[in-house]
Amino acid sequence: MDFELNEEQRLVRDMVRDFAEKEIAPSAAAVDKAAEFPAENIRKMADLGLMGLPYPEEYGGGGGDYSSYAIAVEEIARACGSTALIYAAHVSLGCGPIYNFGTEQQRQTWLPRLCSGEGLGAFGLTEPEAGSDAGSTRTTAVRDGDHYVLNGSKMWITSGAIADVVTCTAKTDPGAGTGGISCFLVPGGTPGFVPGKNEPKMGLKGSITSALSLENCRLPADHLLGEEGEGFKQMLITLDAGRISIGAMALGLAQAAFEEATRYSKERVQFGEPIAKFQAIQWMIADMATEIDAARLMIYRAAAMKDAGVRFTKQAAMAKLFASEVAERAAFKAIQIHGGYGYSQEYPVERIYRDQRLCTIGEGTSEIQRLVIARQVLGKL
Amino acid sequence: MNSIVCLKEVPDTEARIEVRDGKVVEEGIQYVVNPYDEFALEEALKWQEQNGGKVTLVSLGPERARESILKGLAMGADEVYHLSAEAFQNGDSYATAKALAAAISKLGEYDAIFCGRQAVDDDNAAVGIMLAEILDLPHVSVVSRLEIDIDAKSAKARRDIEGGQEVVELPLPAVITAQKGLNEPRYPSFRGIRQARQKPFVQWGLEDVGLAADEVGAAGSKLEIVAVLPPPERPAGRIIEGEPDEAARKVVHLLRDEAKVI
Ligand SMILES: Cc1cc2nc3c(=O)[nH]c(=O)nc-3n(C[C@H](O)[C@H](O)[C@H](O)COP(=O)(O)OP(=O)(O)OC[C@H]3O[C@@H](n4cnc5c(N)ncnc54)[C@H](O)[C@@H]3O)c2cc1C
Repeated sequence: MDFELNEEQRLVRDMVRDFAEKEIAPSAAAVDKAAEFPAENIRKMADLGLMGLPYPEEYGGGGGDYSSYAIAVEEIARACGSTALIYAAHVSLGCGPIYNFGTEQQRQTWLPRLCSGEGLGAFGLTEPEAGSDAGSTRTTAVRDGDHYVLNGSKMWITSGAIADVVTCTAKTDPGAGTGGISCFLVPGGTPGFVPGKNEPKMGLKGSITSALSLENCRLPADHLLGEEGEGFKQMLITLDAGRISIGAMALGLAQAAFEEATRYSKERVQFGEPIAKFQAIQWMIADMATEIDAARLMIYRAAAMKDAGVRFTKQAAMAKLFASEVAERAAFKAIQIHGGYGYSQEYPVERIYRDQRLCTIGEGTSEIQRLVIARQVLGKL
Repeated sequence: MNSIVCLKEVPDTEARIEVRDGKVVEEGIQYVVNPYDEFALEEALKWQEQNGGKVTLVSLGPERARESILKGLAMGADEVYHLSAEAFQNGDSYATAKALAAAISKLGEYDAIFCGRQAVDDDNAAVGIMLAEILDLPHVSVVSRLEIDIDAKSAKARRDIEGGQEVVELPLPAVITAQKGLNEPRYPSFRGIRQARQKPFVQWGLEDVGLAADEVGAAGSKLEIVAVLPPPERPAGRIIEGEPDEAARKVVHLLRDEAKVI
């Protein structure tokens, strides 16, 4: 059994950590405060070849493995949650479906732009009536000659309003249940594709989250991703991989909370001693360290299984569930250890607490992860 | 323009150094590329972008240094010669410079040798300059700005001196040691990391550089380290009481007359 990163993964970790500490962390508080899209961060990450890291070089990607990508998300999240979400959504949800299910033509059209970071990708699955129940898509796509006409609305789409292309689910066969769902590549700026305003959020404020509306949006038929009726399956596979990255994001945020808390506990003196000397504080720190370690092992294992080409649905769901709940507990304890200062916007743990909160919700809530895991564990009942 | 860059792996500047039985405890230490060597490498890469040619790394250090050296390749250097044999290790500045000089003299034509102004572990700031002496090359140290005219085979360097700066012109090839501020070292890109592992990575022993075991490493050193001592515990800070302008006056007075730092 080998619990070490390989050489390439270590080099990626060191590079992204160094970069994120120096170039991304310093602006994280300002990005949050101004709720401003961190365009400069994304540009710098593009220069380093991170935006298409796990996709083949022939499509402009980095040719790296998914584990290296998960490590990159973790390290970016340790510096800035908003930037990490933009990154993870772009790579897993934006590029993923096009690479996995696109025709050669679709890959050639979109991936080089997305992998180079010239444009962002997004994934439009969630709808007002279709959240956890992602199969109850109401958006429709009706064939009209060599076009499809899309009507419906999407909710909560990360980068949807600014993306070059949004992969949207829509029903091509309304009578056929989830088997009637298909995915379409909707280029930004297509007439009838109307992004809503940026939703004000609790955290991850630098990431732009929008409702999208599709009003008689005409797409050439070759914008269908793969085959008609495959959309639901494509979505499930996309989310399996995406969960690893949301888990990695939670892990990076947990790590940041932990580091802030340990540093503060050594500096803050009460009753004549650094608070780190009190056992109550030590236990919180020991619990954080232990849980983060376990979360990291689970994330890396799920990523390594994906890299090895074996089925990882259960492990990804477990890793995402666990890491996101660890992040919640770690951020909670980090604030507790900071006392009143933890509740202040002057210290980063307050932002980390708000940022991590998404991780038990996005790409499947914790309840849905448990449902996925239980189905895998119990089999057909 | 061909450049040679000497690169050393050192403990991370944030590492907590512990001394036990007169030796630095190595376990638990994270190692990184010597920060001044990153300025040296960046400078070589910058001039390569302008003038073409290749950038060769030469590094003396244990096997362990491989990953730091790979970072240098990932930043863009073309190849590396790693003096990794046991005999080379644990030398003083002289023995190290001698080994590096022997290696460099096997490498063919070059226009410049870039070194960091010093390594942040031993802090001797001597290897680059000794290297120049041994190779009989001109050198300029602690350089914060550099211009190279490759056609004229000459360089103009600005260096920090006490209270000012000095401008030096010198012919190439020469040894140039880099000061902080010379440039902003680039981050290796992901593609750079992948390519690094495909680039020529040559490990050299004594025969390759044509030196005998007693000329290098600890055996070839002119100095012997007789003790390694941890720095004294930092005394507790002092709080100066009083109204701001009165307290400021006291601080200035203490800094000047007691600490003698201003
Ligand atoms: C910041 C942010 C970014 C997002 N980005 C994207 C994106 O890029 N693309 C995209 O398509 N979506 C995105 N989403 C949407 C996200 O995936 C959904 O919010 C999530 O799947 C939950 O759906 P919902 O909000 O409709 O909640 P609901 O499904 O209404 O859930 C409400 C509650 O009921 C529980 N629940 C629902 N069904 C069950 C059940 N069967 N058993 C037990 N409990 C259940 C849930 O766990 C939850 O606690 C984003 C959301 C946010 C907040």
